[in-house]
Amino acid sequence: MAKIRPDYETSWFGRLMHWLENGSTALDDAMTDEMDAHSRDHLVDSEHHHATQEHALEERRHAALEREQRMYSSLHQWASTKGSRLMRWVYIVASVVMCVGIIALLLNTAANLPPYGDPDNPVNNEVSAHYITQGQAETGAVNIVAGMILDYRAFDTLGESNVLFIAAVTVLVLLRLAPSRDGKPTTEMLEAEADDRLYEPKHDMILQHQANLLVPLILLFGIYVVMNGHISPGGGFSGGAIMGAGLILYLNAFGFRKTERFFTFRTFQIVSLMALAFYACSKAYSFFTGANHLPSIFSPGTPGMLFSAGLIPYLNIAVGLVVCCTMYAFYTLFRKGDM
Amino acid sequence: MDFLQNYVELAAMVLFGIGFTTLLLHKNMIKKIIGFSIMDNAIFLFLAAKGYIEGRTAPIVVDGVQTVEAYINPIPAGLVLTGIVVSVSVTAVMLSLTIRLYRRYHTLDIDEITALCRKEGEE
Repeated sequence: MAKIRPDYETSWFGRLMHWLENGSTALDDAMTDEMDAHSRDHLVDSEHHHATQEHALEERRHAALEREQRMYSSLHQWASTKGSRLMRWVYIVASVVMCVGIIALLLNTAANLPPYGDPDNPVNNEVSAHYITQGQAETGAVNIVAGMILDYRAFDTLGESNVLFIAAVTVLVLLRLAPSRDGKPTTEMLEAEADDRLYEPKHDMILQHQANLLVPLILLFGIYVVMNGHISPGGGFSGGAIMGAGLILYLNAFGFRKTERFFTFRTFQIVSLMALAFYACSKAYSFFTGANHLPSIFSPGTPGMLFSAGLIPYLNIAVGLVVCCTMYAFYTLFRKGDM
Repeated sequence: MDFLQNYVELAAMVLFGIGFTTLLLHKNMIKKIIGFSIMDNAIFLFLAAKGYIEGRTAPIVVDGVQTVEAYINPIPAGLVLTGIVVSVSVTAVMLSLTIRLYRRYHTLDIDEITALCRKEGEE
């Protein structure tokens, strides 16, 4: 309940509200009362005449009130039907105009940027030159991008893996259907189970034969991409995504009964945490040496060999495992709310 | 100055605008998320375009050639990698929140969800 001002009765808003409700202002009422008293005292003989007059006045008041109510109800209807549609149009037009304005501004800016593909652009500065000319000697990685993200900027990549892991945990918290406290499955859980059974494969021969052929190849290719991350295009993120896709294909072809034999929630926990802990420990030595990037205790080795480039192949494997587990976890959580 | 010399950047800006318009105009939450993803990808295209240098190859050392003139800029590639991972994570979290909203209100229309929310608050 809103607080009412002490002078509400005499304020213009109070008078307006009173007028809207009764069709006359408080001042009018007071005047009428006064007139009534006056007429009672002095105009007794013309009482009858006065009563008919009052009757007419009352009728007029009534008619005015009805007119007003009709007007207000039509206004209300306008606001809820045509008015909201009009607002919708105003919103659409305003947002299109705003977007076109933003696009025009961005296009103008992009057109005035340094020319595309020019070697003299300011982005191609001494940092990238250092990475290209010294990268292989300092990190041992043939793939300069892998050397950059897993050696020079390894903390950035650790944060990235953590972002992925935290996203998986958030999705788990939001979507996992936990059993109730006494261990019985909740109705929501049973509904999800029943729903998921519709998608369980019913001996889909074509998909299963294709999966028999493709899943080993996909997993092998994923492992190849992860292991060769430092000597060819690829790395932990792309290889992990490929392996996760292979696992999802296997799940779609053969169902949860088969995948639960080797991949459960516990596997996800252990593999992700071990990989992240290995990554954090192997890069933590920079913290304990005052964050000076000391030369790695692992020698860079011969560039181009499978086990070269110091820690980079092992870090690639850790990142690949985290990405693979996270992709698979996203899929299973979105599909049935559990692993 | 030639307006179309930065045609990849211009395409990225147009994509960004398309994503932003989708985000504003659609009531459906899934379509809003699609618009958001289009904006993400426009930014990746822009960053990748910034690192490109005419006539040079990807930054993977071939035959021991380690001169600046041989390879493109490797830094935007690393930044795009970070961006892709973060965009995947953010999309997953947004979609799971949408699923939770759908489970509670049985609709994906953001206006209806807001109305139902307000009704719940009044009760």
